[in-house]
Parts: sequence; structure tokens; C-alpha cells
Amino acid sequence: MKARQKRLVFVGIAVLGVGVAASMALSALQSNIAYFFSPSQVHAGEHPADAVFRVGGLVVTDTLRREGDGLTVRFDVTDNAKIVPVSYTGILPDLFGEGQGVVARGRIGTDGVFYAEDVLAKHDESYMPPEVQDTLHTAHADGVVETAAPSAKPATMTVTQ
Amino acid sequence: MAMPKSARYLTPLIVFGALVLLLVWGLGNDPREVPSPLIGKPVPAFSLPALGDPSRTVSDADLRGTISLVNVWASWCVSCRAEHQALMVLSELPDFQIVGLNWKDEAADALEVLAMTGNPYDLNGYDPDNSVGIHWGVYGAPETFVVDHQGIIRYKHIGPIDRTVWEKKLQPLVAKLQAEG
Amino acid sequence: MIPELGHFALILALLLALVQSAFPLAGSLSGNRAWMTMARPLAYGQLTLLTIAFAALVQAFLTSDFSVLYVAQHSNTLLPDIYKVSAVWGGHEGSLLLWVLFMAAWGAAVAAFSQNLPLAMIARVISVQGMITIGFLLFMLLTSNPFERLFPVPPEGQDLNPLLQDFGLAIHPPMLYMGYVGFSVAFSFAVAALIGGRLDAAWARWSRPWTTVAWAFLTIGIMLGSWWAYYELGWGGWWFWDPVENASLMPWLVGTALIHSLAVTEKRAAFKSWTVLLAICAFSLSLLGTFLVRSGVLTSVHAFATDPARGLFILIFLCIVVGGSLALYAWRAPEVSDGGRFDLLSRESALLGNNLLFVAFTVLVLFGTLAPLVYEAFNWGKISVGFPWFNKMFLALAPFLAVVLGLGPALRWKHDEPLRVLRSLWWALGLSIAVLALAATPMFDDGGLWVPVGLALAAWVTLSHIAIVRERLKHKGGLTNVRQALMADLRGSGRSFYGMVTAHVGVAVFVVGVTMVSSYNMEVDVRMGPGDSHEIAGYRFEFMGADQVPGPNYIAQRGEFHVYRGKREVAHLFPEKRAYLGGGMPMTEAAIDAGFFRDIYVSLGEPVGTDGDWALRLYYKPFVRWIWLGAILMALGGSLAVSDPRYRLARAGARKPAADSAAAAA
Repeated sequence: MKARQKRLVFVGIAVLGVGVAASMALSALQSNIAYFFSPSQVHAGEHPADAVFRVGGLVVTDTLRREGDGLTVRFDVTDNAKIVPVSYTGILPDLFGEGQGVVARGRIGTDGVFYAEDVLAKHDESYMPPEVQDTLHTAHADGVVETAAPSAKPATMTVTQ
Repeated sequence: MAMPKSARYLTPLIVFGALVLLLVWGLGNDPREVPSPLIGKPVPAFSLPALGDPSRTVSDADLRGTISLVNVWASWCVSCRAEHQALMVLSELPDFQIVGLNWKDEAADALEVLAMTGNPYDLNGYDPDNSVGIHWGVYGAPETFVVDHQGIIRYKHIGPIDRTVWEKKLQPLVAKLQAEG
Repeated sequence: MIPELGHFALILALLLALVQSAFPLAGSLSGNRAWMTMARPLAYGQLTLLTIAFAALVQAFLTSDFSVLYVAQHSNTLLPDIYKVSAVWGGHEGSLLLWVLFMAAWGAAVAAFSQNLPLAMIARVISVQGMITIGFLLFMLLTSNPFERLFPVPPEGQDLNPLLQDFGLAIHPPMLYMGYVGFSVAFSFAVAALIGGRLDAAWARWSRPWTTVAWAFLTIGIMLGSWWAYYELGWGGWWFWDPVENASLMPWLVGTALIHSLAVTEKRAAFKSWTVLLAICAFSLSLLGTFLVRSGVLTSVHAFATDPARGLFILIFLCIVVGGSLALYAWRAPEVSDGGRFDLLSRESALLGNNLLFVAFTVLVLFGTLAPLVYEAFNWGKISVGFPWFNKMFLALAPFLAVVLGLGPALRWKHDEPLRVLRSLWWALGLSIAVLALAATPMFDDGGLWVPVGLALAAWVTLSHIAIVRERLKHKGGLTNVRQALMADLRGSGRSFYGMVTAHVGVAVFVVGVTMVSSYNMEVDVRMGPGDSHEIAGYRFEFMGADQVPGPNYIAQRGEFHVYRGKREVAHLFPEKRAYLGGGMPMTEAAIDAGFFRDIYVSLGEPVGTDGDWALRLYYKPFVRWIWLGAILMALGGSLAVSDPRYRLARAGARKPAADSAAAAA
């Protein structure tokens, strides 16, 4: 009888622990996930107004500008249909380049500029974030391929403007 | 009590089954396997200088009136060399033309490869800066599009063409397109 | 010719693996001794053939034989020789070959070093290993042949990904695979025991050293990966919760639970079916990791070139191996008695707590890794799970783990008295609370809540282990000459005990490292021109400018920095930004001045403007080395535990019966 009670206590603690842990994990997840939106979706207002999300596409050629402080950069990201301007302060990843695929994570400001906290560039010649790949497909399907971004040779280095 | 006790030992297997379902779905959803949205649509309008002969142009008009395999390639792409041999064999066949899209490449390098290994292409458009590739949704080399007599894209193959790909996927399609006339 | 030889060796190995998986097992079930004795020679033969295949591939790389497609894709004549060798496992096909080579090596090691095992057990273990080998060899021969020829032969190869041209990453995969594959031995032992219906303390004792060695390799493998990411990626972080990292962490977490659970099964014959389940899960998660990394189901910054056809193959293989073993478990485990009752305050309880916490964390990591897939499957949108979530989960569980870790080894098996425990640990507890109070004072300025908590937990773990070492030596009769008593104990039966202590102190060291670096880490992105200087954390960085410097297969922009603390120069650093000639890929090569208590870290961003200015990142990383030092201590502890004569004596003593059986078979 005593052993049985102990066993019940064990099981009770375990179930309670798992329950609490699971609910904590799930609620924490809700505030830590970043949804992905394409520039077209951002223009359609599907993105959250005051939460972190990700936007991805190709960097439009000749839009990369460096601000006076030398650290803040601005560039445009397109899915071949719409454009979202992005601002980022810090060091860009090695493989960042105009015409290349990029995913930025951050918030959108009231001025319509996307303020990125971090920027992920595609990692090699055959790798492109699948989200970016998907949005490009979608834009193709819509037949709105206008602002095509000519790109340089594979994975060029970002040099001074 | 005997039944629930042994059922308890089945839990890991059931959990694993659910995981496998998710993974199967994930695999089926692989971005590479998503068919190009261009399939069933006319080829995007384009005009490019021919590789090695800037005075000639290659355009969407060249893709009408016959079946075409549009092959995206580059001299820097090792997989393209792997499929080169297959393309050389295919170029002997009379049923279709092979149109190259020399992508993100240097003309001199590309011409050197063709001089060394043979030229399977009937036409070759030179697209060093991805200005046409991007309209075709090219994101890597090699890729091959099958275009029918009307200039409609019917199929897109990602990766190198080998014997299996040709026999299983491309040849049946080409035969069907020929029958359609 | 030689690549064909390698290919042929692979085909022979597959045939041998078929024999290996069938005959010894059939022999063990039908009692055919001749078939069972085939197990050992088959395991050695498998190793020989795969060594030949591997040597053939190494030769192709060293001679830059670009007629082999895999070599053309991953090497280059400019590549230094050492990286030509490491390039062998720099891609999918070659790393798979390395994997099966290790698989065969582990199989041969089991055959050679387990002379005391009953022949039927050895036969079953080797057979199960053979089955797994079949899967991998088929996978290689059907979808990923490393010896595939390329014609026409290109004059130059494509070059190895510059990220991989680095010593740390050259040895990271072999260590990791030794760990992954090593868990296959624990898996094979578990499955063999399930087949034979023999799940007892002896089984636990047999599989324990193998599991511990595999775990130590995996620990080092993960540590190297973390260290590599730290200095090579140029972001100054040491863990990113990237799917590929998570794929290696999950087997480690379950493996850690497993080595603890095996201890209970060996000593108390309890937790038997649970231990078997963990052994199956540890290897299953290794396979799952392989699937996630190579199938392209999840995207990661450092995934292999992916291919859905390969993914499908691994998934089917995964279903057969994991599904089959779990089905076997569901069938056989209910017959296992889970003997060994214990009280709430007992070492069993503490180890159960350890197991639950590790498994809970594994489940969370798995969930976080697969959440993007789940969301997409239910059409809830495309998400990524940010690393803060993983950090939170880690922080939620780690303190409990540390508390149990300090308490558990001090407890007695089966039943303990609260008063006795308090008597032996009161000063450890008191000092830890003192550390907590001290670290909460303004002396440790604004490190946040986690500084006192982390340091107090590290102190608790260390001090309570000092307490138990002290108690043990007192029992052995020598507190007068501690050194001598310790050495005697180490020569005697104490190694597994001191192994455990070393590994646990490693955890404390790791906790200090994590706490300090995440609380006091400083980093800044700045624009600097030649002659400019910038100060962080009391260190003044003076930028001398950047020059172009040629390397063997790259051209680098090399910056020069003098770092001063006060007036004294403490470091002279040369961070680089390289452009590799083979693929034209740019690479940041950070410069680090490593120290026991702090690292100074500079990485070049990009040139700005026309006056030689650069965008730069400067870091001050206190105690960051302790993170890897902790991992090294854990692995050392594992090795020490395995060298315990308890496992060796058993081996030497059982030579005779094995010789007898060989004679009987002949």
C-alpha cells in the first residue's frame, strides 16, 4: 500500500511537471517565433504591426546605400513583384550581395521601412532559403516579374560603393 | 491491468509513427520538388546575344515551331559537366533542338569548355548577369526546361540529366509532344 | 583503376554485411555454434574492406584525381594536403563512407574486446551491426556513390567550401561520427538483449563502457563544432540552436540520460526497460539527425547539399531501424521485470530526476527543431523558432539539473536519511549560499539575475563533489595523506568514481563559462580608420589599417590591431577577410587573443568609404574558454570511467571460455 502511494506521488509529480513544462514551452514559443512574409504580403498588410517577423527576397541592384556612420545600411528587398526597403545597422554577412537572396528578421517602422535585427544571406551557390524560392515562384505565377534584379557572378563579395 | 501495461510499451512506437508522418509530409513538401509555376505557360519573352557571337540574338521566337530542351549551364558548374556527355548523345537525335542558357558565366570560359568537350547546343544564349534566368525562375545550374512547339513550358528538371532521367521523364514527354504535333 | 577498386570493396562489403546480419543471428537462435563463431571474422573482414574503400578515396583526393566526380566537387589542386584529406569527408558521399568505416571499426572493436561475452550475445550484436551497415552501404551504392566517375575530366576541381578549410572542422566530423556510430553499439546490445530476452545487470555492464566511450567522442565532437563556429563564423557566438547543431545535441542529451540509467541497471537491476528504450532512442536520434541534415526537410546554414531522393531513402531506413526496434521493444519489454524498489530520497530517485530532465530537454529541442515543419504542415504559416526560445528552455531546466547533480552522487542507493545527507553536505550547501549572496552584491555589477544563480550552482556541484571525494577517502582510511590515498584509489577500483567526479566538475566549469560569457559579454560594431582606437571593457583597440596579403589558395585583406589594457599592450591581432580563388567565396577570419579568463576577438566586416576605413566588430568574451574546457573535462571523465579495471578484469578473466568455445567450434 505504501509503495503504491509513493508510486502515485511520483506519477503525480511527473504528470504535473510535464504539464507545466509543456504549457510554459508553448506559451514561450508563441512569443519567440518569427513568421515569414514576402514583400507582396507586406504590401498587402498581412504582417504583424508590432511583432518581429522575417521578410525575404532578392536584394535589388543599386539600392545598397551606406549611411554617414558607416554602419547603417539600407537596401531594397523584392520578390519580383513588390519592394520593401530594409535598414540594418551592423556588419552584413559574408555572402550578402546585390541580386542575391536574403532573409531579414526585424520589425516594420511607421515609415514603412523594415528595421532588421539580423540579416541572413544565402550560403552558397546552390543554397537559397526555400521561403525566398517559394516567393519567387509565386511572383512568377502572378506574371508580375518586373523589377528583376540582375546579379553578378556567383557569390560576389560586397565591396565599397 | 495486463492490457494497459503492455499498451504502455507501444507508446514510443506510436509517437515515432506520428513523427514519420510529419517527416514524410516534410519530404513531399521539399522546395526543390515544387513544380515550376511556369509549367503550362508560354516562355517569358527574352532576347539575348548568342554565346560567342554577340551580333546574333537568341529569343523566345527561336523556341517556337519545334520541341526544345532549354538547358541552363555554366562552365563553373561541375554537375553540368557530368550531364554534358548525356547532352552530346541527345544532340544526335533529330526530334528536338537543344538550346543552352549560359548562365552567370564568362563567355571565354564557356567557349573553352565547348571547344574541349564538344558542343551539343543548337543555340546558346549568353546570360552573364542572370537577366533572363531570373524570369525563368532559375536558381541553380543545371536545370532543363522542356518547351513544346507552341513555346509553352511543359516540364522543368532540376539537376543533371542522366540516362534514367532521360528514359523515365524526358523521353516519354518528348514522344507525347511529337504525337501532339 | 583505384577508384574502381574502392567501389568494388564497397560492393563486397555489402555482400559481407548481408552474411554478417543473417548467419550469426540465425546461429544464435538455432544454437548453431559454427554460424555464431562466424561473427568475429565477419566483423574484421568488414573493417578491412571498408578501410580499402576509404583509402582508395583518400588516394583519389591526394592525387587530385578529378575524374572522380566527388573529388572534382570538393577539392582543388591549390588545396593544402591536410585539407585534401579532410575534404574526403567534406561532402555527403565521403562523410557517409567515413560513417560506415567507423561503424565497421566499432563492430570490430566489439568483436575484439568483448571476449568474455556469451557467444550468442556477440553473434546477435554483430548481426544487428551488420543490418545497420547494410542500410548505409545500400544508401551509398544506390544514391551516393563517392567513386562515381566524371567524363570529360575537368582540369581543375571546384574547391572545398572555404568554411571547411580549417583544422577544427577537419577533425570535428570524425569525432561526431564516432559518437553517433558508437551509439549503434549501445543500440545493438539493446536489440540483442531484447531478442535474447536477457535484460539484466550483466547486459548493462557489457554495454556501459561502449556507451560511455561513444558519449565521450560525441561530447568532443560537439565541443569542436561549437569552438569552430565561434572562431570561424565570425559572429562570436558559441551555440546557435541551428537545426544541424540540434541534430547532434539530441543524441548527446539522450546518451547522457542513457549512461546514467545504465548505472542504475548495472548496480540495482532497475530501470531495465527504460534503459533499453533510451539506448534505442540515442541511436534513433543520431539517424534522425542524419535525415534532417541531408534531406533538405529543414534549412540550416550549414546543411549538406540536399536531395529529396536521399531523404526518402534515409526515411525508409529510419522507419525500418527505429520502427523495427520499437516494435521489438513493445513486444519484448513487457516481460521484463522492473525490479529494485527505492525510496524518494535515494540515488535512484536522483538518477531518475536526471533522466526525466534530460529527456524533457530532448523533447523540447526536438519540438523546437521540428516546429517550423509542424506549422507548415498545418498551414499556420512559415515560421522560424528564435534562439531565445531554446535559451529559455535551457535556463528553465538547467538549474534543476544542477541541484540534482550536486545532490545525487552524495546519496546512497535505495534509501537514505535526510539527516545523514545534511551532515555530509551542510558546508557545501552553506558555501554555495554564500556565493549566491556574494554574487548578488553590487560588487558583481549588473550581471543580472543569472550571475548569482549560475555561480552558486557551479559552486554547489563542485563543493558537493569535494565532499563525497573526502568521504570516500575517509572510508578508505586515509585523510592523513590525501595524495597517496587518491593515487592508490585511482590504481584500484576508484576510476569510474573519479571519472564521474571529473565529468561532473566539468559541468560546473561549463556552467561558469556560460554564465559569465552570457552576462558580461561585450560586443560592438564600429567604423574605424587607420590610427583610430576604440575601447570596450577596459581594452583599447587600435586599428593600424588593412593590407592585401596573398594566401595559398586565397587573397586576404588583413587588418592589424594593437590591443592595450591601460598602457600595456596585451595583444597584436590580424583579422582577415579572404576571397577564395576556387569558388570566389568571401570568408571572414576572425582574430582572437585567447585567455583563461577572457578572449579578445576582432572580426573584419567590410571596407567603408575611400580612406581605408572598415566596418568592424570587436568583442570581449569573459570565461568563454570554460565552456569548452568543461566539455573536455566531461569527455576526460568518461574516458577515466571506462578505464576502470572492473571492465578490464572481466575481459581478461573470460579469455579462457572464449578460447574453449573456439576449440569446440574447430
